[in-house]
Amino acid sequence: MDKFETLTAIAAPLNIANVDTDKIIPARFLKTIKRSGLGVHLFDSLRYLPDGTENPGFVLNQPKYRKAEILVAGENFGCGSSREHAPWALLDFGLRCVIAPSFADIFFNNCFKNGILPIALPAEICAQLMEDAALGTNARLTIDLAAQTITRPDGRSISFDVDPFRKHCLLNGLDDIGLTLEHAPAIDRYEAARPAWTPAIAGV
Amino acid sequence: MARTLFDKIWDAHVVDRMADGTCVLYIDRHLVHEVTSPQAFEGLRLAGRKLRRTDATIAVVDHNIPTDADRAQGINEPESKLQIETLEANVAAFGVPYIPVNDARQGIVHVIGPEQGISLPGMTIVCGDSHTSTHGAMGALAFGIGTSEVEHVMATQTLLQKPAKNMLVRVDGQLPAGCTAKDIILAIIGKIGTAGGNGHVIEYAGEAIAALDMAGRMTVCNMSIEAGARAGLIAPDETTFAYIKGRPFAPKGADFDAAVAYWKTLPSDAGAVYDKVVVLDAAGIVPQVSWGTSPEAVLPISGAVPDPAAEPDEAKRAQLQQMLTYMGLAPGQKLAGLPVDVVFIGSCTNSRIEDLRAAAAVAAGRRVAPGVRALVVPGSGLVKAQAEREGIADILIAAGFEWREAGCSMCLGMNPDKLTPGQRCASTSNRNFEGRQGPGGRTHLLSPAMAAAAAVTGTLVDVRELV
Repeated sequence: MDKFETLTAIAAPLNIANVDTDKIIPARFLKTIKRSGLGVHLFDSLRYLPDGTENPGFVLNQPKYRKAEILVAGENFGCGSSREHAPWALLDFGLRCVIAPSFADIFFNNCFKNGILPIALPAEICAQLMEDAALGTNARLTIDLAAQTITRPDGRSISFDVDPFRKHCLLNGLDDIGLTLEHAPAIDRYEAARPAWTPAIAGV
Repeated sequence: MARTLFDKIWDAHVVDRMADGTCVLYIDRHLVHEVTSPQAFEGLRLAGRKLRRTDATIAVVDHNIPTDADRAQGINEPESKLQIETLEANVAAFGVPYIPVNDARQGIVHVIGPEQGISLPGMTIVCGDSHTSTHGAMGALAFGIGTSEVEHVMATQTLLQKPAKNMLVRVDGQLPAGCTAKDIILAIIGKIGTAGGNGHVIEYAGEAIAALDMAGRMTVCNMSIEAGARAGLIAPDETTFAYIKGRPFAPKGADFDAAVAYWKTLPSDAGAVYDKVVVLDAAGIVPQVSWGTSPEAVLPISGAVPDPAAEPDEAKRAQLQQMLTYMGLAPGQKLAGLPVDVVFIGSCTNSRIEDLRAAAAVAAGRRVAPGVRALVVPGSGLVKAQAEREGIADILIAAGFEWREAGCSMCLGMNPDKLTPGQRCASTSNRNFEGRQGPGGRTHLLSPAMAAAAAVTGTLVDVRELV
């Protein structure tokens, strides 16, 4: 996983509530055995017209937002499925940070596993950032994860909360599995103390 | 201190606790399917890791698999074929127990877990699928995870987690005739919204929940994720124990008795405190139908579609308008009488024998309306066989329903069962998102009885007018 330290980039506004995982990437594109290459299908139903051509009205199709690396979105972003294809598609497109008033739990968690920083902020602050994002090529925000700040285009700064453990993993690009395996002796002890009736799935 | 059902299961699975409160949480059961596992197996392979507990893991294909009778001859669609073949190669290489397509037990992962006695009370159960919440009906803590966490569980049999908050949804009183578990959960989502349970685990309780059979409890817990909660739970009771007894992977003999004794300690203590409490009166519930492209956009069948002009908030007004446009509905339009093109009875929400019986009870002696395509897709090969033994299949086939093989089918547009653009579908599945059942498809979520009623009348209709 890539480290996330600081990011200065264009922010794109997507002022829609309840953007679901089928909207981020429809189920028909999940038939892949890889993590890469999903960016072309990101927001498929919004981004493309029924004939397959780009919808010029969609924010990420506008020249000023094509290089966006930050998304400012509406409440309950990422609701629906547990598919990690949703953050993979965001990442493959180039988006590294999503700011919204709230997120669905599984999506929020999946972001951290892929070097994407999801930031939940009060609705009124998100509304200000949505206005910043509407500035197009001037919609540059700077995210400093160590300092937990977002610097707006006018130089003012907003602070945000992040779980300390997830922050540590993101700043250092750490592999969760490696960290957990340090607890292997505790896992061994736990398993040894399990009640005898706990069945195993043998002989399927 | 008084603890909730969730607190008790959580506490019993904490392997280690870090200074910031993050826990190493032990996972008892890991269910694996073809869509969210290939990248996890690849990760293990690249890191030279093995599965820690193959005997706590089971794999099955469900999302991609066609549901026509010819599927035993092979799968045509190359990407689906590759994904299924990749799962088969991975389970062989890593030694994971697997139920293959041609096995009578094959079916939707959330149907076969309880059916086989793999999902049991007090367990932690995960799967790379958000509808893992279904298994909470057993009194287990069951939740969906992403592929990185699938790999994490494979390698360590644990997850790094912080406890969720506790939410109680109490449904008092008795459910009126013609209403089902599906109507309960749709009414709950309509009340609390799709973000109502965010950050929480929902415990469903109350007289109407206790009165449900296990299939009904699974329907309720299944859609916890549509209410924003990662998991839903129902306290195990005599209904639960009777369901489990004798299932293939359930404990036997003295082990079963020991397990029941433990399971009886799990229900929430009197005086346990919840962070959020919601109360519904079951007597006030009428058959529900979703009208929009979010599960919270749901109404009684007697209802009329809202008028965006009455919504003061501009962003919400635009979203209401978008939902109506997508669904091909006019403001104020009545739901009853709306013609449907397709009826889908199936999915991890409603494909169990009890669901098929409910559909057959409505379909018996009637015919699917002209021009309507009606599919019945049993949740597992065993459900299908049982329905055939009970004569339910004959009733449905005689009424003009397609009787198909087990799988996720038309719930999610990943296999050949799809809507075409503009088709309107009465569906017993769980999500009505844009394009969910196929690009441009229009989904109305409802119960199996309501779906069967829509099939035989050709329109959305109050099933109570037919029985």
